[in-house]
Amino acid sequence: MIRDITLGQYYQTDSVVHRLDPRTKLIATFAYLVSLFLGTNLYVYVLAFAFLAVAVKASRVPVKFIVRGMKAIVFLMLVTVVINMFVIKGEPILTIGKLTITREGVRTAVYMALRLTFLIMGSSIMTLTTTPNQLTDALESILKPLKIFKFPAHEISMMMSIALRFIPILLEETDKIMKAQLARGADFESGNVIKKAKSLVPVLVPLFISAFRRANDLALAMEARCYRGGEGRTKMKPLHYAKRDAAVYLYVCAYLVLIYAAGHYIPKFW
Amino acid sequence: MKLIADHLTYEYNKDTTLAVKALDDVSLVIAQGEMIGLIGHTGSGKSTLVQHLNALLTPDSGTVYFDGEDVFEKEYDRKKLRGKVGLVFQYPEHQLFEETVFQEVCFGPKNMGVSRKQSELSAYVALKQAGVPDECFYQSPFDLSGGQKRRVAIASVLAMKPEILILDEPTAGLDPRGRYEILTQIRKLKEENNVTVILVSHSMEDVAEYVDRIVVMDHGKIKYDDKPRQVFAHYKELETMGLAAPQVTYLMHELREHGMDVDTNVTTIEEAKEALLGKWKQRETK
Repeated sequence: MIRDITLGQYYQTDSVVHRLDPRTKLIATFAYLVSLFLGTNLYVYVLAFAFLAVAVKASRVPVKFIVRGMKAIVFLMLVTVVINMFVIKGEPILTIGKLTITREGVRTAVYMALRLTFLIMGSSIMTLTTTPNQLTDALESILKPLKIFKFPAHEISMMMSIALRFIPILLEETDKIMKAQLARGADFESGNVIKKAKSLVPVLVPLFISAFRRANDLALAMEARCYRGGEGRTKMKPLHYAKRDAAVYLYVCAYLVLIYAAGHYIPKFW
Repeated sequence: MKLIADHLTYEYNKDTTLAVKALDDVSLVIAQGEMIGLIGHTGSGKSTLVQHLNALLTPDSGTVYFDGEDVFEKEYDRKKLRGKVGLVFQYPEHQLFEETVFQEVCFGPKNMGVSRKQSELSAYVALKQAGVPDECFYQSPFDLSGGQKRRVAIASVLAMKPEILILDEPTAGLDPRGRYEILTQIRKLKEENNVTVILVSHSMEDVAEYVDRIVVMDHGKIKYDDKPRQVFAHYKELETMGLAAPQVTYLMHELREHGMDVDTNVTTIEEAKEALLGKWKQRETK
Protein backbone atom coordinates (compact mmCIF):
# COMPACT_ATOMS: atom_id res chain seq x y z
CA MET A 1 0.00 0.00 0.00
CA ILE A 2 2.29 2.72 1.25
CA ARG A 3 5.22 1.26 -0.66
CA ASP A 4 3.65 2.57 -3.85
CA ILE A 5 4.79 6.13 -3.15
CA THR A 6 7.87 6.54 -5.29
CA LEU A 7 8.57 10.19 -4.59
CA GLY A 8 12.02 10.50 -3.10
CA GLN A 9 13.10 6.99 -3.94
CA TYR A 10 16.10 6.04 -6.00
CA TYR A 11 15.67 3.71 -8.95
CA GLN A 12 18.82 1.76 -9.54
CA THR A 13 19.86 1.30 -13.15
CA ASP A 14 22.48 2.61 -15.54
CA SER A 15 21.50 5.40 -17.90
CA VAL A 16 22.75 8.70 -19.27
CA VAL A 17 20.55 10.54 -16.80
CA HIS A 18 21.95 8.52 -13.90
CA ARG A 19 25.49 9.34 -14.97
CA LEU A 20 24.89 13.09 -15.32
CA ASP A 21 26.47 15.37 -12.78
CA PRO A 22 23.91 15.86 -10.01
CA ARG A 23 24.32 19.64 -10.28
CA THR A 24 23.21 19.45 -13.88
CA LYS A 25 20.17 17.43 -12.92
CA LEU A 26 19.29 19.73 -10.06
CA ILE A 27 19.54 22.87 -12.17
CA ALA A 28 17.76 21.25 -15.13
CA THR A 29 14.95 20.12 -12.86
CA PHE A 30 14.66 23.57 -11.35
CA ALA A 31 14.60 25.11 -14.82
CA TYR A 32 11.92 22.65 -15.84
CA LEU A 33 9.75 23.46 -12.82
CA VAL A 34 10.10 27.18 -13.54
CA SER A 35 9.31 26.62 -17.21
CA LEU A 36 5.93 25.21 -16.27
CA PHE A 37 4.96 28.64 -14.98
CA LEU A 38 6.20 30.59 -17.97
CA GLY A 39 2.97 30.54 -19.85
CA THR A 40 -0.42 28.94 -20.12
CA ASN A 41 -1.26 27.77 -23.53
CA LEU A 42 -1.34 24.45 -25.24
CA TYR A 43 2.07 24.81 -26.90
CA VAL A 44 3.80 25.32 -23.57
CA TYR A 45 2.36 22.08 -22.28
CA VAL A 46 3.14 20.17 -25.44
CA LEU A 47 6.75 21.33 -25.17
CA ALA A 48 6.87 20.49 -21.46
CA PHE A 49 5.49 17.06 -22.19
CA ALA A 50 8.05 16.48 -24.92
CA PHE A 51 10.89 17.50 -22.62
CA LEU A 52 9.62 15.20 -19.90
CA ALA A 53 9.16 12.31 -22.31
CA VAL A 54 12.75 12.63 -23.51
CA ALA A 55 14.01 12.74 -19.93
CA VAL A 56 11.96 9.67 -18.94
CA LYS A 57 13.11 7.75 -21.99
CA ALA A 58 16.75 8.62 -21.38
CA SER A 59 16.55 7.74 -17.69
CA ARG A 60 15.45 4.17 -18.45
CA VAL A 61 13.13 4.23 -15.46
CA PRO A 62 9.98 2.30 -16.40
CA VAL A 63 7.07 4.66 -17.06
CA LYS A 64 4.90 2.40 -14.90
CA PHE A 65 7.15 3.18 -11.96
CA ILE A 66 6.84 6.95 -12.41
CA VAL A 67 3.10 6.80 -12.93
CA ARG A 68 2.71 4.71 -9.79
CA GLY A 69 4.24 7.60 -7.86
CA MET A 70 1.40 9.81 -9.07
CA LYS A 71 -1.15 7.81 -7.14
CA ALA A 72 -0.23 9.72 -4.02
CA ILE A 73 -1.40 13.04 -5.45
CA VAL A 74 -4.52 11.87 -7.27
CA PHE A 75 -6.68 13.22 -4.47
CA LEU A 76 -4.95 16.59 -4.38
CA MET A 77 -5.29 16.80 -8.13
CA LEU A 78 -9.00 15.99 -8.07
CA VAL A 79 -9.63 18.69 -5.49
CA THR A 80 -7.70 21.24 -7.55
CA VAL A 81 -9.51 20.32 -10.72
CA VAL A 82 -12.97 20.40 -9.18
CA ILE A 83 -12.46 23.66 -7.32
CA ASN A 84 -11.01 25.37 -10.39
CA MET A 85 -13.81 24.15 -12.56
CA PHE A 86 -16.49 25.73 -10.39
CA VAL A 87 -14.82 28.79 -8.93
CA ILE A 88 -13.36 30.52 -11.97
CA LYS A 89 -15.77 32.99 -13.51
CA GLY A 90 -16.40 33.24 -17.21
CA GLU A 91 -18.58 31.92 -19.97
CA PRO A 92 -20.89 29.27 -18.45
CA ILE A 93 -21.22 25.93 -20.22
CA LEU A 94 -23.05 23.83 -17.64
CA THR A 95 -25.14 24.70 -14.60
CA ILE A 96 -25.91 22.27 -11.80
CA GLY A 97 -28.07 23.94 -9.17
CA LYS A 98 -26.11 26.88 -7.86
CA LEU A 99 -22.85 25.68 -9.35
CA THR A 100 -21.70 26.73 -12.77
CA ILE A 101 -18.94 25.23 -14.80
CA THR A 102 -17.31 27.81 -17.01
CA ARG A 103 -15.25 27.47 -20.11
CA GLU A 104 -12.36 29.32 -18.46
CA GLY A 105 -12.75 27.11 -15.40
CA VAL A 106 -12.38 23.93 -17.40
CA ARG A 107 -9.36 25.31 -19.16
CA THR A 108 -7.64 26.33 -15.95
CA ALA A 109 -8.52 23.00 -14.36
CA VAL A 110 -6.99 21.04 -17.21
CA TYR A 111 -3.86 23.18 -17.18
CA MET A 112 -3.57 22.90 -13.41
CA ALA A 113 -3.82 19.13 -13.57
CA LEU A 114 -1.20 19.00 -16.31
CA ARG A 115 1.04 21.37 -14.42
CA LEU A 116 0.80 19.33 -11.23
CA THR A 117 1.46 16.11 -13.09
CA PHE A 118 4.51 17.56 -14.82
CA LEU A 119 5.77 19.08 -11.57
CA ILE A 120 5.64 15.78 -9.74
CA MET A 121 6.93 13.70 -12.63
CA GLY A 122 9.72 16.14 -13.37
CA SER A 123 10.96 16.14 -9.82
CA SER A 124 10.58 12.38 -9.46
CA ILE A 125 12.81 11.87 -12.48
CA MET A 126 15.51 13.69 -10.57
CA THR A 127 15.07 11.83 -7.28
CA LEU A 128 14.70 8.50 -9.07
CA THR A 129 18.00 8.91 -10.88
CA THR A 130 20.05 10.67 -8.21
CA THR A 131 21.05 9.23 -4.87
CA PRO A 132 20.40 11.47 -1.87
CA ASN A 133 24.14 11.74 -1.35
CA GLN A 134 24.72 13.07 -4.84
CA LEU A 135 21.85 15.46 -4.40
CA THR A 136 23.35 16.92 -1.25
CA ASP A 137 26.72 17.31 -2.86
CA ALA A 138 25.10 19.13 -5.74
CA LEU A 139 23.10 21.38 -3.47
CA GLU A 140 26.10 22.23 -1.37
CA SER A 141 28.18 23.00 -4.41
CA ILE A 142 25.48 25.21 -5.92
CA LEU A 143 24.86 27.11 -2.69
CA LYS A 144 28.55 27.54 -1.89
CA PRO A 145 28.84 31.06 -3.35
CA LEU A 146 26.25 32.22 -0.81
CA LYS A 147 28.76 31.55 1.95
CA ILE A 148 29.96 35.14 1.64
CA PHE A 149 26.61 36.13 3.11
CA LYS A 150 27.15 33.65 5.98
CA PHE A 151 24.67 31.27 4.42
CA PRO A 152 25.18 27.81 6.01
CA ALA A 153 25.33 25.92 2.69
CA HIS A 154 26.80 22.75 4.09
CA GLU A 155 24.44 22.55 7.05
CA ILE A 156 21.39 23.15 4.91
CA SER A 157 22.38 20.52 2.40
CA MET A 158 23.18 18.07 5.16
CA MET A 159 19.73 18.62 6.66
CA MET A 160 18.13 18.19 3.26
CA SER A 161 19.95 14.98 2.57
CA ILE A 162 19.06 13.53 5.94
CA ALA A 163 15.43 14.46 5.40
CA LEU A 164 15.46 12.87 1.94
CA ARG A 165 17.26 9.82 3.21
CA PHE A 166 14.62 9.35 5.87
CA ILE A 167 11.63 9.44 3.53
CA PRO A 168 11.89 5.82 2.40
CA ILE A 169 12.91 4.68 5.87
CA LEU A 170 9.91 6.29 7.50
CA LEU A 171 7.62 5.01 4.75
CA GLU A 172 8.82 1.51 5.38
CA GLU A 173 8.45 2.03 9.10
CA THR A 174 4.89 3.26 8.61
CA ASP A 175 4.14 0.20 6.55
CA LYS A 176 5.55 -2.04 9.27
CA ILE A 177 3.67 -0.35 12.09
CA MET A 178 0.42 -0.36 10.13
CA LYS A 179 0.83 -4.06 9.57
CA ALA A 180 1.63 -4.67 13.22
CA GLN A 181 -1.54 -2.83 14.26
CA LEU A 182 -3.58 -4.60 11.59
CA ALA A 183 -2.33 -7.83 13.11
CA ARG A 184 -3.82 -6.59 16.38
CA GLY A 185 -7.17 -6.06 14.71
CA ALA A 186 -6.84 -2.37 13.87
CA ASP A 187 -9.05 -1.13 11.06
CA PHE A 188 -7.94 1.83 8.95
CA GLU A 189 -10.59 1.68 6.29
CA SER A 190 -14.10 1.60 7.71
CA GLY A 191 -15.96 4.34 9.55
CA ASN A 192 -16.35 8.08 8.96
CA VAL A 193 -13.57 10.64 8.74
CA ILE A 194 -13.29 11.15 12.50
CA LYS A 195 -13.11 7.44 13.14
CA LYS A 196 -10.53 7.04 10.43
CA ALA A 197 -8.42 9.85 11.87
CA LYS A 198 -8.67 8.29 15.31
CA SER A 199 -7.61 4.93 13.96
CA LEU A 200 -4.33 6.52 12.90
CA VAL A 201 -3.25 7.26 16.48
CA PRO A 202 -1.83 3.74 16.95
CA VAL A 203 0.28 4.33 13.84
CA LEU A 204 1.38 7.92 14.44
CA VAL A 205 2.51 7.57 18.04
CA PRO A 206 4.93 4.70 17.36
CA LEU A 207 6.04 6.42 14.16
CA PHE A 208 6.96 9.65 15.95
CA ILE A 209 8.76 7.74 18.65
CA SER A 210 10.68 5.80 16.07
CA ALA A 211 11.54 8.97 14.12
CA PHE A 212 12.96 10.57 17.27
CA ARG A 213 14.85 7.41 18.15
CA ARG A 214 16.38 7.30 14.68
CA ALA A 215 17.28 10.98 14.79
CA ASN A 216 18.92 10.46 18.13
CA ASP A 217 20.88 7.44 16.92
CA LEU A 218 21.98 9.29 13.82
CA ALA A 219 23.16 12.32 15.81
CA LEU A 220 25.13 10.04 18.09
CA ALA A 221 26.68 8.17 15.18
CA MET A 222 27.67 11.43 13.52
CA GLU A 223 29.23 12.81 16.67
CA ALA A 224 31.03 9.54 17.29
CA ARG A 225 32.69 10.05 13.91
CA CYS A 226 33.66 13.58 14.87
CA TYR A 227 31.25 15.34 12.55
CA ARG A 228 31.40 19.07 13.24
CA GLY A 229 29.97 20.76 10.20
CA GLY A 230 31.38 21.71 6.85
CA GLU A 231 34.57 23.59 7.83
CA GLY A 232 37.54 22.01 6.07
CA ARG A 233 35.61 18.92 5.03
CA THR A 234 36.73 17.15 1.86
CA LYS A 235 34.72 14.88 -0.38
CA MET A 236 35.35 11.25 -1.16
CA LYS A 237 33.83 11.70 -4.59
CA PRO A 238 34.26 15.31 -5.73
CA LEU A 239 31.89 16.41 -8.46
CA HIS A 240 33.21 16.80 -11.99
CA TYR A 241 31.39 18.16 -15.01
CA ALA A 242 31.69 16.11 -18.20
CA LYS A 243 30.91 16.95 -21.81
CA ARG A 244 27.44 15.48 -21.56
CA ASP A 245 26.64 18.02 -18.85
CA ALA A 246 27.44 20.88 -21.19
CA ALA A 247 25.21 19.29 -23.80
CA VAL A 248 22.36 19.02 -21.31
CA TYR A 249 22.78 22.66 -20.24
CA LEU A 250 22.56 23.74 -23.87
CA TYR A 251 19.53 21.55 -24.40
CA VAL A 252 17.80 22.98 -21.32
CA CYS A 253 18.57 26.55 -22.41
CA ALA A 254 17.11 25.86 -25.84
CA TYR A 255 14.04 24.39 -24.18
CA LEU A 256 13.59 27.45 -21.97
CA VAL A 257 13.85 29.80 -24.91
CA LEU A 258 11.30 27.76 -26.84
CA ILE A 259 8.91 27.65 -23.90
CA TYR A 260 9.22 31.37 -23.35
CA ALA A 261 8.57 32.01 -27.02
CA ALA A 262 5.61 29.65 -27.02
CA GLY A 263 4.17 31.30 -23.94
CA HIS A 264 4.55 34.89 -25.11
CA TYR A 265 4.63 35.18 -28.85
CA ILE A 266 2.21 32.55 -30.00
CA PRO A 267 -1.41 33.68 -29.66
CA LYS A 268 -3.71 31.68 -27.42
CA PHE A 269 -5.80 29.37 -29.45
CA TRP A 270 -7.93 27.66 -26.80
CA MET B 1 -8.43 -25.74 13.16
CA LYS B 2 -6.02 -26.13 10.32
CA LEU B 3 -3.97 -23.57 8.44
CA ILE B 4 -2.89 -24.39 4.91
CA ALA B 5 -0.64 -22.33 2.66
CA ASP B 6 -1.27 -23.43 -0.90
CA HIS B 7 1.40 -22.72 -3.54
CA LEU B 8 2.10 -19.16 -2.41
CA THR B 9 4.17 -16.91 -4.65
CA TYR B 10 5.02 -13.32 -3.81
CA GLU B 11 7.36 -10.77 -5.30
CA TYR B 12 8.57 -7.50 -3.77
CA ASN B 13 9.22 -4.41 -5.94
CA LYS B 14 7.46 -5.98 -8.87
CA ASP B 15 8.36 -4.64 -12.31
CA THR B 16 11.53 -2.91 -11.18
CA THR B 17 15.17 -3.86 -11.41
CA LEU B 18 14.99 -4.52 -7.69
CA ALA B 19 12.33 -7.22 -7.98
CA VAL B 20 12.87 -10.00 -5.46
CA LYS B 21 10.93 -13.22 -5.38
CA ALA B 22 10.29 -13.56 -1.68
CA LEU B 23 8.06 -16.62 -1.92
CA ASP B 24 8.32 -19.18 -4.66
CA ASP B 25 5.59 -21.82 -4.69
CA VAL B 26 5.43 -22.34 -0.93
CA SER B 27 3.02 -24.92 0.48
CA LEU B 28 2.64 -25.70 4.14
CA VAL B 29 0.12 -27.47 6.37
CA ILE B 30 -0.11 -26.49 10.01
CA ALA B 31 -2.17 -28.66 12.32
CA GLN B 32 -3.70 -27.89 15.73
CA GLY B 33 -1.30 -27.97 18.66
CA GLU B 34 1.93 -28.07 16.72
CA MET B 35 5.01 -26.13 17.74
CA ILE B 36 6.91 -25.26 14.60
CA GLY B 37 10.22 -23.54 14.04
CA LEU B 38 10.42 -21.56 10.80
CA ILE B 39 14.09 -21.10 10.06
CA GLY B 40 15.87 -19.23 7.33
CA HIS B 41 18.66 -16.83 6.62
CA THR B 42 17.89 -13.09 6.46
CA GLY B 43 15.90 -12.53 3.28
CA SER B 44 14.87 -16.15 2.85
CA GLY B 45 11.19 -15.20 2.88
CA LYS B 46 10.17 -16.36 6.33
CA SER B 47 8.71 -13.02 7.45
CA THR B 48 6.93 -12.69 4.12
CA LEU B 49 5.43 -16.13 4.56
CA VAL B 50 4.02 -15.46 8.01
CA GLN B 51 2.47 -12.20 6.82
CA HIS B 52 0.50 -14.22 4.32
CA LEU B 53 -0.76 -16.57 7.01
CA ASN B 54 -2.87 -13.80 8.58
CA ALA B 55 -3.66 -12.12 5.25
CA LEU B 56 -1.54 -9.00 5.76
CA LEU B 57 0.03 -9.60 2.39
CA THR B 58 -1.90 -10.86 -0.60
CA PRO B 59 -0.03 -13.45 -2.65
CA ASP B 60 0.62 -12.98 -6.38
CA SER B 61 -0.63 -16.52 -6.82
CA GLY B 62 -1.74 -19.29 -4.49
CA THR B 63 -3.84 -18.85 -1.37
CA VAL B 64 -4.22 -19.59 2.32
CA TYR B 65 -6.98 -21.69 3.88
CA PHE B 66 -8.02 -21.35 7.48
CA ASP B 67 -10.52 -23.92 8.72
CA GLY B 68 -11.21 -24.87 5.13
CA GLU B 69 -12.02 -21.32 4.03
CA ASP B 70 -10.04 -19.26 1.54
CA VAL B 71 -8.89 -16.19 3.48
CA PHE B 72 -8.37 -14.10 0.34
CA GLU B 73 -11.99 -14.54 -0.67
CA LYS B 74 -13.62 -11.12 -1.01
CA GLU B 75 -16.25 -11.70 1.66
CA TYR B 76 -13.89 -13.29 4.17
CA ASP B 77 -13.57 -11.44 7.50
CA ARG B 78 -9.83 -10.92 7.67
CA LYS B 79 -10.03 -8.91 10.88
CA LYS B 80 -11.44 -11.92 12.68
CA LEU B 81 -8.76 -14.05 11.06
CA ARG B 82 -6.06 -11.81 12.51
CA GLY B 83 -7.54 -12.40 15.93
CA LYS B 84 -7.32 -16.14 15.41
CA VAL B 85 -3.92 -16.17 13.75
CA GLY B 86 -2.01 -13.85 16.08
CA LEU B 87 1.18 -12.46 14.61
CA VAL B 88 3.82 -10.86 16.80
CA PHE B 89 6.17 -8.86 14.61
CA GLN B 90 9.90 -8.48 14.93
CA TYR B 91 10.74 -5.91 17.59
CA PRO B 92 7.07 -5.69 18.56
CA GLU B 93 7.90 -3.13 21.25
CA HIS B 94 8.07 -0.55 18.44
CA GLN B 95 4.31 -0.74 17.98
CA LEU B 96 3.35 0.35 21.52
CA PHE B 97 1.33 3.57 21.73
CA GLU B 98 -1.10 3.59 24.67
CA GLU B 99 -0.85 5.44 27.96
CA THR B 100 -0.73 2.40 30.18
CA VAL B 101 0.35 -1.17 29.71
CA PHE B 102 -3.15 -2.36 30.50
CA GLN B 103 -4.80 -0.16 27.87
CA GLU B 104 -2.17 -1.26 25.40
CA VAL B 105 -3.09 -4.90 25.83
CA CYS B 106 -6.83 -4.11 25.68
CA PHE B 107 -6.38 -2.70 22.16
CA GLY B 108 -6.46 -6.10 20.45
CA PRO B 109 -9.57 -7.60 22.08
CA LYS B 110 -11.40 -4.25 21.79
CA ASN B 111 -10.77 -4.29 18.05
CA MET B 112 -12.19 -7.77 17.94
CA GLY B 113 -15.46 -6.31 19.18
CA VAL B 114 -15.34 -7.88 22.64
CA SER B 115 -17.13 -6.09 25.49
CA ARG B 116 -15.07 -3.86 27.75
CA LYS B 117 -15.25 -6.19 30.73
CA GLN B 118 -14.34 -9.17 28.62
CA SER B 119 -11.42 -7.42 26.98
CA GLU B 120 -10.06 -6.28 30.34
CA LEU B 121 -10.25 -9.83 31.56
CA SER B 122 -8.45 -11.11 28.46
CA ALA B 123 -5.82 -8.41 28.88
CA TYR B 124 -5.22 -9.42 32.49
CA VAL B 125 -4.88 -13.10 31.58
CA ALA B 126 -2.61 -12.28 28.65
CA LEU B 127 -0.33 -10.08 30.74
CA LYS B 128 -0.02 -12.89 33.27
CA GLN B 129 0.67 -15.42 30.54
CA ALA B 130 3.37 -13.25 29.04
CA GLY B 131 4.94 -12.88 32.46
CA VAL B 132 4.52 -9.14 32.93
CA PRO B 133 4.79 -8.31 36.63
CA ASP B 134 1.68 -6.77 38.27
CA GLU B 135 3.36 -3.51 39.23
CA CYS B 136 3.87 -2.67 35.55
CA PHE B 137 0.18 -2.82 34.62
CA TYR B 138 -0.53 0.87 35.11
CA GLN B 139 2.83 2.23 34.04
CA SER B 140 3.43 3.79 30.66
CA PRO B 141 4.70 1.08 28.32
CA PHE B 142 7.49 3.44 27.28
CA ASP B 143 8.97 3.43 30.79
CA LEU B 144 9.57 -0.31 30.79
CA SER B 145 12.80 -2.09 29.98
CA GLY B 146 13.31 -3.62 26.54
CA GLY B 147 12.47 -7.14 27.69
CA GLN B 148 9.34 -5.99 29.53
CA LYS B 149 8.16 -4.01 26.51
CA ARG B 150 8.55 -7.11 24.39
CA ARG B 151 6.41 -9.07 26.85
CA VAL B 152 3.72 -6.40 26.79
CA ALA B 153 3.70 -6.50 22.99
CA ILE B 154 3.39 -10.27 23.01
CA ALA B 155 0.60 -10.00 25.58
CA SER B 156 -1.21 -7.54 23.32
CA VAL B 157 -1.51 -10.26 20.70
CA LEU B 158 -2.23 -13.02 23.23
CA ALA B 159 -5.17 -10.99 24.54
CA MET B 160 -7.05 -11.68 21.31
CA LYS B 161 -6.89 -15.36 22.30
CA PRO B 162 -5.37 -16.56 19.04
CA GLU B 163 -5.59 -20.21 18.06
CA ILE B 164 -2.29 -19.90 16.26
CA LEU B 165 0.46 -17.73 17.62
CA ILE B 166 3.20 -16.68 15.20
CA LEU B 167 6.25 -14.99 16.67
CA ASP B 168 8.74 -13.37 14.29
CA GLU B 169 12.15 -13.44 15.97
CA PRO B 170 10.68 -13.07 19.45
CA THR B 171 14.10 -13.12 21.08
CA ALA B 172 15.99 -10.75 18.77
CA GLY B 173 18.11 -8.34 20.75
CA LEU B 174 17.40 -9.91 24.15
CA ASP B 175 20.04 -11.18 26.55
CA PRO B 176 20.32 -14.95 27.11
CA ARG B 177 18.16 -14.82 30.21
CA GLY B 178 15.40 -12.80 28.56
CA ARG B 179 15.58 -15.18 25.63
CA TYR B 180 15.24 -18.24 27.82
CA GLU B 181 12.38 -16.75 29.81
CA ILE B 182 10.34 -15.75 26.79
CA LEU B 183 10.79 -19.05 24.99
CA THR B 184 9.91 -21.04 28.12
CA GLN B 185 6.83 -18.90 28.62
CA ILE B 186 5.75 -19.57 25.06
CA ARG B 187 6.18 -23.29 25.49
CA LYS B 188 4.19 -23.20 28.70
CA LEU B 189 1.45 -21.32 26.91
CA LYS B 190 1.36 -23.94 24.20
CA GLU B 191 1.19 -26.80 26.70
CA GLU B 192 -1.49 -25.23 28.89
CA ASN B 193 -3.79 -23.75 26.27
CA ASN B 194 -3.06 -26.00 23.30
CA VAL B 195 -2.17 -22.97 21.16
CA THR B 196 -0.39 -23.74 17.90
CA VAL B 197 2.91 -21.89 17.84
CA ILE B 198 5.15 -20.91 14.95
CA LEU B 199 8.53 -19.57 15.99
CA VAL B 200 10.36 -17.67 13.26
CA SER B 201 14.08 -17.46 13.76
CA HIS B 202 17.42 -17.60 12.06
CA SER B 203 19.01 -19.29 15.02
CA MET B 204 18.70 -23.07 15.19
CA GLU B 205 20.08 -23.02 18.69
CA ASP B 206 17.13 -21.00 19.92
CA VAL B 207 14.51 -23.09 18.33
CA ALA B 208 15.80 -26.67 18.44
CA GLU B 209 15.01 -27.14 22.08
CA TYR B 210 11.45 -25.91 21.91
CA VAL B 211 9.84 -27.12 18.71
CA ASP B 212 8.76 -30.47 17.38
CA ARG B 213 8.92 -29.61 13.71
CA ILE B 214 11.31 -27.43 11.75
CA VAL B 215 10.62 -25.76 8.41
CA VAL B 216 13.74 -24.47 6.69
CA MET B 217 13.41 -21.76 4.06
CA ASP B 218 15.98 -20.62 1.54
CA HIS B 219 15.50 -18.15 -1.31
CA GLY B 220 11.74 -18.18 -0.96
CA LYS B 221 11.43 -21.95 -1.06
CA ILE B 222 10.90 -24.55 1.62
CA LYS B 223 14.02 -26.71 1.76
CA TYR B 224 13.26 -29.02 4.66
CA ASP B 225 10.11 -29.70 6.65
CA ASP B 226 10.73 -32.37 9.24
CA LYS B 227 11.49 -33.25 12.83
CA PRO B 228 14.48 -31.34 14.24
CA ARG B 229 16.86 -34.29 14.26
CA GLN B 230 16.11 -35.13 10.62
CA VAL B 231 16.67 -31.53 9.64
CA PHE B 232 19.91 -31.23 11.56
CA ALA B 233 21.21 -34.37 9.86
CA HIS B 234 21.58 -32.07 6.84
CA TYR B 235 23.89 -29.80 8.78
CA LYS B 236 26.32 -29.52 5.86
CA GLU B 237 23.56 -28.30 3.52
CA LEU B 238 22.28 -25.94 6.18
CA GLU B 239 25.68 -24.30 6.25
CA THR B 240 25.56 -23.55 2.55
CA MET B 241 22.29 -21.69 3.24
CA GLY B 242 24.03 -19.54 5.80
CA LEU B 243 22.46 -21.44 8.67
CA ALA B 244 24.00 -23.71 11.23
CA ALA B 245 22.92 -26.72 13.23
CA PRO B 246 23.02 -26.42 17.02
CA GLN B 247 26.49 -26.57 18.47
CA VAL B 248 25.83 -29.95 20.08
CA THR B 249 25.33 -31.45 16.62
CA TYR B 250 28.81 -30.31 15.67
CA LEU B 251 30.23 -31.55 18.94
CA MET B 252 28.75 -35.00 18.47
CA HIS B 253 29.99 -35.25 14.89
CA GLU B 254 33.45 -34.19 16.04
CA LEU B 255 33.44 -36.78 18.82
CA ARG B 256 32.42 -39.48 16.40
CA GLU B 257 35.23 -38.51 14.03
CA HIS B 258 37.63 -38.95 16.91
CA GLY B 259 36.45 -42.47 17.44
CA MET B 260 33.79 -42.09 20.10
CA ASP B 261 30.67 -44.04 19.25
CA VAL B 262 27.99 -41.45 20.04
CA ASP B 263 24.56 -40.69 18.61
CA THR B 264 25.05 -37.77 16.20
CA ASN B 265 21.33 -37.13 15.96
CA VAL B 266 20.92 -35.39 19.30
CA THR B 267 19.65 -31.86 19.01
CA THR B 268 19.58 -30.41 22.53
CA ILE B 269 22.16 -30.02 25.24
CA GLU B 270 20.02 -32.15 27.55
CA GLU B 271 20.02 -35.07 25.10
CA ALA B 272 23.71 -34.71 24.49
CA LYS B 273 24.38 -34.82 28.20
CA GLU B 274 22.39 -38.04 28.55
CA ALA B 275 24.18 -39.60 25.60
CA LEU B 276 27.63 -38.67 26.84
CA LEU B 277 26.98 -39.70 30.43
CA GLY B 278 25.64 -43.03 29.14
CA LYS B 279 28.85 -43.62 27.23
CA TRP B 280 30.90 -42.66 30.26
CA LYS B 281 29.07 -45.12 32.49
CA GLN B 282 29.50 -47.89 29.91
CA ARG B 283 33.20 -47.26 29.91
CA GLU B 284 33.46 -47.30 33.70
CA THR B 285 31.59 -50.57 34.04
CA LYS B 286 33.97 -52.07 31.50
